[in-house]
Amino acid sequence: MQNIRYSSIDGTSKGYYGLLGLFGLMALVGYLASHYMESHGHVVTGMTNQIVWGTPHVFAVFLIVAASGALNVASIASVFGKISYKPLARLSGLLSLCLLLGGLLVLVLDLGRPDRLIVAMTKYNFKSIFAWNIILYNGFFLIVGVYLWMMMERKMNRFTKPVGFIAFVWRLILTTGTGSIFGFLVARQAYDAAVMAPMFIIMSFSFGLAIFLLVLMAAYKWTQRPLGDALVFRLKNLLGVFVAAVLYFVIAFHLTNLYATEHHGIERFILMDGGIYTQLFWWVQILLGSLVPLALFYLPAFSKSRTAAAIGAVLVTIGGLAQMYVIIIGGQAFPLELFPGMEVSSSFYDGVVANYVPSMPEFLLGLGGVAIALAAVMAAIKALDFLPDSLADSVADPHYKPAASGSEATA
Amino acid sequence: MNPEKMTQESGAQEQPNSNRRQFLGTAAAALGGLSIAPGVLLYSVSHAKPADQPVTDAVRWGMLVDTSKCEDGCNDCVTACNEEHALTDTGRPETDAQWIRKLTVKDRLSGNSKSMPMMCQHCEHPPCVDVCPTGASFKRADGIVLVDKHICIGCRYCMMACPYKARSFIHEEIKDQKVEAPRGKGCVESCTLCVHKVDRGDGTTACAEACAKAGHRALIFGDLNDPNSEISQRLKKFGATQIRADLGLNTGVRYQGL
Repeated sequence: MQNIRYSSIDGTSKGYYGLLGLFGLMALVGYLASHYMESHGHVVTGMTNQIVWGTPHVFAVFLIVAASGALNVASIASVFGKISYKPLARLSGLLSLCLLLGGLLVLVLDLGRPDRLIVAMTKYNFKSIFAWNIILYNGFFLIVGVYLWMMMERKMNRFTKPVGFIAFVWRLILTTGTGSIFGFLVARQAYDAAVMAPMFIIMSFSFGLAIFLLVLMAAYKWTQRPLGDALVFRLKNLLGVFVAAVLYFVIAFHLTNLYATEHHGIERFILMDGGIYTQLFWWVQILLGSLVPLALFYLPAFSKSRTAAAIGAVLVTIGGLAQMYVIIIGGQAFPLELFPGMEVSSSFYDGVVANYVPSMPEFLLGLGGVAIALAAVMAAIKALDFLPDSLADSVADPHYKPAASGSEATA
Repeated sequence: MNPEKMTQESGAQEQPNSNRRQFLGTAAAALGGLSIAPGVLLYSVSHAKPADQPVTDAVRWGMLVDTSKCEDGCNDCVTACNEEHALTDTGRPETDAQWIRKLTVKDRLSGNSKSMPMMCQHCEHPPCVDVCPTGASFKRADGIVLVDKHICIGCRYCMMACPYKARSFIHEEIKDQKVEAPRGKGCVESCTLCVHKVDRGDGTTACAEACAKAGHRALIFGDLNDPNSEISQRLKKFGATQIRADLGLNTGVRYQGL
């Protein structure tokens, strides 16, 4: 493995400005959508007093979860000392910050009173996991910012490992906090489970790495910098492990629920007759988002294809969004159990499955968050030296042996 | 200057003078009224907690719902609450606020059916207060759970956390509010146990009043800490249940006849 040289990208091509313009436009449209929602009130959205968190939360929580997962590549390099990941660490830190930024913007702009952000930043109820999350998110920006500085400033390189360790622990706590937003909801049948926190952590590993892989491949393809197969396949194989791990947690979660009769209602709803939620669960989350990617990553027919790796990563991302939709909206659509074992009805939709159709402004706000995150990555890699000049196997793969030598790479 | 215009202007000048006279008259009447009002007001609040004294935990306000007296089809408590707090029907029931609602609870096995009101249960350990990031959801020392509309950011986490579906999010602009019940678009709200009436010394809530007026007396409001109050006496004699007692929230609203 040679010394890695980093440089900013040119960013002068039509393609660069075109893509940046597209993301900018999407972000603007997202902002206008949120302004429309704020000035008219949430009555113009699909949200109701039954489904209080809608599509913006699906995007926001997905981005926030993916953000902490995107930092994993850097952690593997700094904390676990895997040098093959080291050249990717800067992009990993950057992507995690940008995804968090996008997710938080969506979350804040979907508040009933986004103008009161200052209240959220200054008044804390420390028993609220939400309040803790506000501190964890702000801390994440600070710590990962310092972490990037340690990585990018030669004089500071010696602090990379300790700061990277802090960032790693912080991101685990952060995603524990995100999962616990749902885990701590004692009254809801779909939540109230300690497994939510570790499940969200493993989901973050998966979604974050999928997005990282896609951003990496796109950036190197469009800037015509070399990116070796060995690196892509290593990341894709790791992603497969994470996808399988998420699947394991999902199975464990539902199996535990299925054992307890009190949870049969919610399980029947999600797994069998929940309509859109059941469809999303089986077809998108499980089949398209988990099983197909695993096949694309590991079946011999596809395992040496970069296209298959990219398609797999796209599917993991789509499956992740579907999983968030099922957890967040499906979980609310199932009625609260006020009187277990009894039939309840009222004028306030007690005892019935809540109706929710995502509205265009909600969807545009969510997409705006994604666009902001990606636009921020594009701007940052043009401004600073985030990307190695080359990630060709001959440069970046510690196990690389020139083909002429004919010897096997040793682990 | 054009004479015609001059006349118009002088005419226009006269108008404020007559307005001023009218205003002075109204002001005099208002001042007179104000000088009498405190006496009238003092009389009506003689049983209330003085405004300059903090709420204490010497009392715990609560409500008893006797489901055997609650009539199926009667909606008087809901109507009274809506009137008291100016909760209007916009024709969009999925987003309209409901502070109190009538539930029909039916036993699947026997078919036995009961009617009862459901509202904020004013828990001793309210999940909405636990999860609120800013502390806007809070519990008063006297047990009433409220939302501070000044610091509610509209995150709706309390609505996710409430086991009773007691809270509503204000989805649109509110018109014709009442001063006793300030509400605001983008904030969350719920039953206040008629805190304005309680603090005024009315000793009851709009829903309980309406229920009594209809002759049912299915709703009994009172001090759970006072062993001699009607609510305490009846709870002691007949017992009562909490909805979702398994959550251990020690609700201030109790149900008889479930």
